[in-house]
Amino acid sequence: MTLSKTEKPLTVTEDGGYLPGTHPDLPPPASVHGPVHWIQYNLFGSVTNTALTLLTIYFLYTVIPQLVDWIYLDAAFEGESRKDCRAVANGACWAFIGNRLSLFIYGFYPEAERWRVDLTFVLLILALVPVLYDGTPQRGKALIYSCLYPLIAAFFLVGGFGLERVPTDQFGGLMLNIIIGVTGIAFSLPIGILLALGRQSHLPIVRILCVSFIEFIRGVPLITLFFVAAVMLSYFVPPGTNFDLLVRILIMGTLFASGYMAEVIRGGLQAIPKGQYEAADAMGLKYWQSMRKVILPQALKISIPGIVNTFIGLYKDTTLVIVIGRLDILGIGNSSLADSKWQGLSTEVYVFVAIFFFISCFSMSRYSLWLEKKLHTGH
Amino acid sequence: MAETENLNETSAQIKSSKGEEDIIQIVGMHKWYGEFHVLKDINLSVKAKERIVVCGPSGSGKSTMIRCINRLEEHQQGQIVVNGIELTNDLKRIEETRREVGMVFQHFNLFPHLTVLENCTLGPIWVRHTPKKEAEESAMEYLERVKIPEQALKFPGQLSGGQQQRVAIARSLCMNPKIMLFDEPTSALDPEMIKEVLDVMIELAETGMTMIVVTHEMGFAKTVADRVIFMDEGEIIEQNDPHEFFDNAQHERTQLFLSQILAH
Repeated sequence: MTLSKTEKPLTVTEDGGYLPGTHPDLPPPASVHGPVHWIQYNLFGSVTNTALTLLTIYFLYTVIPQLVDWIYLDAAFEGESRKDCRAVANGACWAFIGNRLSLFIYGFYPEAERWRVDLTFVLLILALVPVLYDGTPQRGKALIYSCLYPLIAAFFLVGGFGLERVPTDQFGGLMLNIIIGVTGIAFSLPIGILLALGRQSHLPIVRILCVSFIEFIRGVPLITLFFVAAVMLSYFVPPGTNFDLLVRILIMGTLFASGYMAEVIRGGLQAIPKGQYEAADAMGLKYWQSMRKVILPQALKISIPGIVNTFIGLYKDTTLVIVIGRLDILGIGNSSLADSKWQGLSTEVYVFVAIFFFISCFSMSRYSLWLEKKLHTGH
Repeated sequence: MAETENLNETSAQIKSSKGEEDIIQIVGMHKWYGEFHVLKDINLSVKAKERIVVCGPSGSGKSTMIRCINRLEEHQQGQIVVNGIELTNDLKRIEETRREVGMVFQHFNLFPHLTVLENCTLGPIWVRHTPKKEAEESAMEYLERVKIPEQALKFPGQLSGGQQQRVAIARSLCMNPKIMLFDEPTSALDPEMIKEVLDVMIELAETGMTMIVVTHEMGFAKTVADRVIFMDEGEIIEQNDPHEFFDNAQHERTQLFLSQILAH
């Protein structure tokens, strides 16, 4: 006999309990859930806990108002020099950033051609949608566009074929970070996957090549690779060929990230039980089929935190191009400080650059969390 | 009891109607793991539609032997011919053989990132190049045969062990194999789930599938098997039809094994 949960049980014993096998599902008592319980349990659960809570509240109370004052309430948003700022406010002088904003974004890209950069950026967003979101309508076709995007972007940014040519040494600012970062991110993942699979290969030559490459890349600082790109590569290419410095930077950044990526993915591959390989083999799948359909989807899912970690690392490392004379957003910020009209505003510049990087990296991190949740299938 | 008799009758019918050619032939096969001699001079031929149960103490090489049949393990000496193809290092031959040999594992080995239905259609679509719709229809038929069509859109992680093993059987059957290998299919299951898997296997046996089953389920061996093979320390010690095997074991080691396994 089954009892519905709303009905009063007919099988209550004399002392108010239930007969064996007739106990209904009851809601939990009010004291173990709800906001009041949460606060009591998490913030004031013990003496130490209460003390820490109070201390934190006091700390925030002293810091936050000052911070808000500096950033917003007592900040100057307009003016032509530091003097103008100080005349109206004691806080941050955002007028400086506003004044230089186009320099921060485009570097020395010719003003008349900057619409090309904007267009490239909009096209980038469009290319990212089908890659990042599998519910995109017509995803298959959209992905073809995403694959062609690097060529489209190169055409718009560099020019030629009717567009005015812009030499890559005029690229700078935020756009340079995005170019290097996105290129590295887009190409390091597939190269990293191949390296990781190669490292596990049964073919000794493939394995040795992959292991040496990975170990070399991981054993050398990125700055060194950038120096190599700037100085030494010209010894290796035939004289007379003009191998653009930006392309060299892109290659080095990508290879650097690939080495790390390969190790992250190898970790994921090793976490896949042997039975999965065997089940795929027993089914008659070929090597690449079983990798693509069975092993990699699982290995990559496990590796998401590490992969995104590498992406974020690479993205922030793009600021290192300053050592070979290219001015990214941080480089532009640094050199702007030399202007005598705006001297002493380094805090504003660094806070601005930090906010830019934080927003980019935090979005990547949130996206990866969302993806992990979406791919979770309850095992 | 009446049920068992019934099953005996049907299996007897199948026995009389089965074909006579050997679908698997293993001749003088040896295998080593490093220095360790795991399989010693294995000779075994299996006729089409024959149902064989392999038993023996753990570490006796039973799993290794059936894993050699679809080349999940490599043998170092001797000859294995499956469905007319001799197994060598030639990848093409191995793939061709694996297409015709289904395998069910102790730990199910379902693909956790794919739904039950996708698990079943992966092989047909990518190996047999069956159109997706057709593959799905046939997968649903097999899921019905193992009595879980309602779980088709769930992920393996949401199913019980018994259900997962039944999906694994359906997944193998979707490839339309000529031979089915079972590697201790019920050893990882809770007692209450063993029966549902064995029932599916008994039904499969009744359809005339060639089956080699490594198992400790002696009841299953008695009802279904045409032949029971006993292995110990890498050798086939004894093989016989189930009645003879259980009632009149020839070898001392077989008797000892049976007395241990049937004692409780």
